[in-house]
Amino acid sequence: MMDIRIWTFLIVGLSFVLYIAIAIYCRAGTTKEFYVAGGGVHPVVNGMATAADWMSAASFISMAGLISFMGYDGAVYLMGWTGGYVLLALCLAPYLRKFGKFTVPDFIGDRYYSQTARTVAVVCAIFVSFTYVAGQMRGVGVVFSRFLEVDITTGVILGMAIVFFYAVLGGMKGITYTQVAQYCVLMMAYLVPAIFISIMITGHVIPQFGFGATLADGSGVHLLDRLDGLSAELGFAAYTSGTKSTMDVLFITAALMVGTAGLPHVIVRFFTVPKVKDARKSAGWALIFIAVLYTTAPAVAGFARLNMINTINGADSQGTEYSEAPMWVTNWEKTGLIGWEDKNDDGRMFYSGDDRNEMHIDRDIMVLANPEIANLPAWVIALVAAGGVAAALSTSAGLLLVISTSISHDLLKRNLMPNISDKLELRYARGAAAVAVCIAGYLGINPPGFVAQVVAFAFGLAASSFFPAIILGIFYKRMNKYGAISGMVSGMVFTATYIVYFKFINPAASVPENWWFGVSPEGIGTMGMLVNFAVAAVVCHLTPAPPQDVQDMVESIRYPQGAGDAQVH
Amino acid sequence: MAFHSKELAKAYWRENVKLLLSLLFVWALVSFGFGIVFVDALNQIHFFGFKLGFWFAQQGSIYTFVVLIFVYVYKMNRLDEKYDVQED
Repeated sequence: MMDIRIWTFLIVGLSFVLYIAIAIYCRAGTTKEFYVAGGGVHPVVNGMATAADWMSAASFISMAGLISFMGYDGAVYLMGWTGGYVLLALCLAPYLRKFGKFTVPDFIGDRYYSQTARTVAVVCAIFVSFTYVAGQMRGVGVVFSRFLEVDITTGVILGMAIVFFYAVLGGMKGITYTQVAQYCVLMMAYLVPAIFISIMITGHVIPQFGFGATLADGSGVHLLDRLDGLSAELGFAAYTSGTKSTMDVLFITAALMVGTAGLPHVIVRFFTVPKVKDARKSAGWALIFIAVLYTTAPAVAGFARLNMINTINGADSQGTEYSEAPMWVTNWEKTGLIGWEDKNDDGRMFYSGDDRNEMHIDRDIMVLANPEIANLPAWVIALVAAGGVAAALSTSAGLLLVISTSISHDLLKRNLMPNISDKLELRYARGAAAVAVCIAGYLGINPPGFVAQVVAFAFGLAASSFFPAIILGIFYKRMNKYGAISGMVSGMVFTATYIVYFKFINPAASVPENWWFGVSPEGIGTMGMLVNFAVAAVVCHLTPAPPQDVQDMVESIRYPQGAGDAQVH
Repeated sequence: MAFHSKELAKAYWRENVKLLLSLLFVWALVSFGFGIVFVDALNQIHFFGFKLGFWFAQQGSIYTFVVLIFVYVYKMNRLDEKYDVQED
């Protein structure tokens, strides 16, 4: 045990030194460097930074665990969180880069020639980002408390201090280069144990192949067939078929895809590249870097499921003596994330999907516990801890930047104090980041019980508000401010009402029979998006066309030539 | 005005939208189609140890997404040059 702690201190500590060194080296001097890294980031570098920014503590720590318990249904996350990049690359990134401002509210405000539209967008951006960042800080806390054996509060404060240091000092420029380092750390941390385990279970070096291969135990059975067999034996739904209705899977996937394409902290990354051409390419690179993790995750999920069932139920499926419980069970029991209740008093642990079940296993521990379950060396476990921290820090930094930009640029500079100097604006931006990091830290230490539910909110709102407004702004010249604002408001109100009702007011009623068309609150953002499109289309035809200069602007963002630098106005 | 005429600007945009729609069709086909709606039918087919529908849902669609973006990048760069609106 001591060994793991030393390794963790060493590896996590070294990674921190690296991040801080990069931040000092890449200090931002101007607002432009602070907001968009001076617009001079190479597309491959930007793609890697975008990938690190995108892959949060949720992707790194929770996703494979979720899939491991959901089986086929886990595909909603895999497709939802990658498919959005196709929309981004094809429908948003190049045009927004040509538009050449800093933020999403900038685009909405200028395209719809309205301060109201800008303000609606700012409020959405801040809300979505805060939701997200609270979850990240929590992730840092969990990793620290498990592997450094400090309490969660100390862990969160440590994480806050690091993020504060490089986000506030370096701005987008510092963040971008730190994120490249974080990508490398988190990918190594994800792939090393995955490869080890793949070799152990199937004899394949590449987990994506091992996932479909036969087991190395000489039985000649495919991994997935074994999982289906075990599921049937233990009273779970078959691993490869899942339990959600087709309609629900469809809507959740679409909501996550569209939500991804509408998230402000993702979109802003495409303002940082020098050219329109690079914005297109950058999205492609980002997706490649993301795909490495997202195609490994389902394999990890499958391996982890098999390993977990085998170690708990034993090779003969009779249960393992509790007195001989493996280390990882007792270690995680201390954190309260694993529990055992000996219902039939035989002193053996048993895990199943029916009333024989005696185990309570938190889904979030699968990735972190995976190397322990497979008995990998201590340094691998420490590496996973460093990876989890890297994932959480990189995402928080990106989000903090969106929050501080929204406040200093969109709210102060564009709304309240238009004559503010560049230097003062930069000072406000740093101040806002500092305040934001404290609020985020507070939320991480005292998480409102509903963090997990609120994530559905973030995607639903992004899908039902930003995405249609931006798409229509680019592809439909006739769209005017009345249409866009009424669309955003109705899409958002519709989505928010549905989620608030089923998640907060009446959670007991949240069963498929009560859902509209069988669509769960997680997937309702898709319907909100359709409402937004429909309302916008109707209203816009009953009201005057946008002014000529706005229509000319739409013409000009449709082709790359003359993009120039991102503008400060 | 970057385009030599209004007609050219329109033609460029039309080609662009056509390319977008065809790529988005593939995007929807592999994810919503193969991965979700037709998943049961495709699961009858076995593919390197996977049921094919399951493979599309958890692996294949992601690979396709990557390819789609790079096809788009390549085709758009060609289109920009054809209409002489590429960046300097």
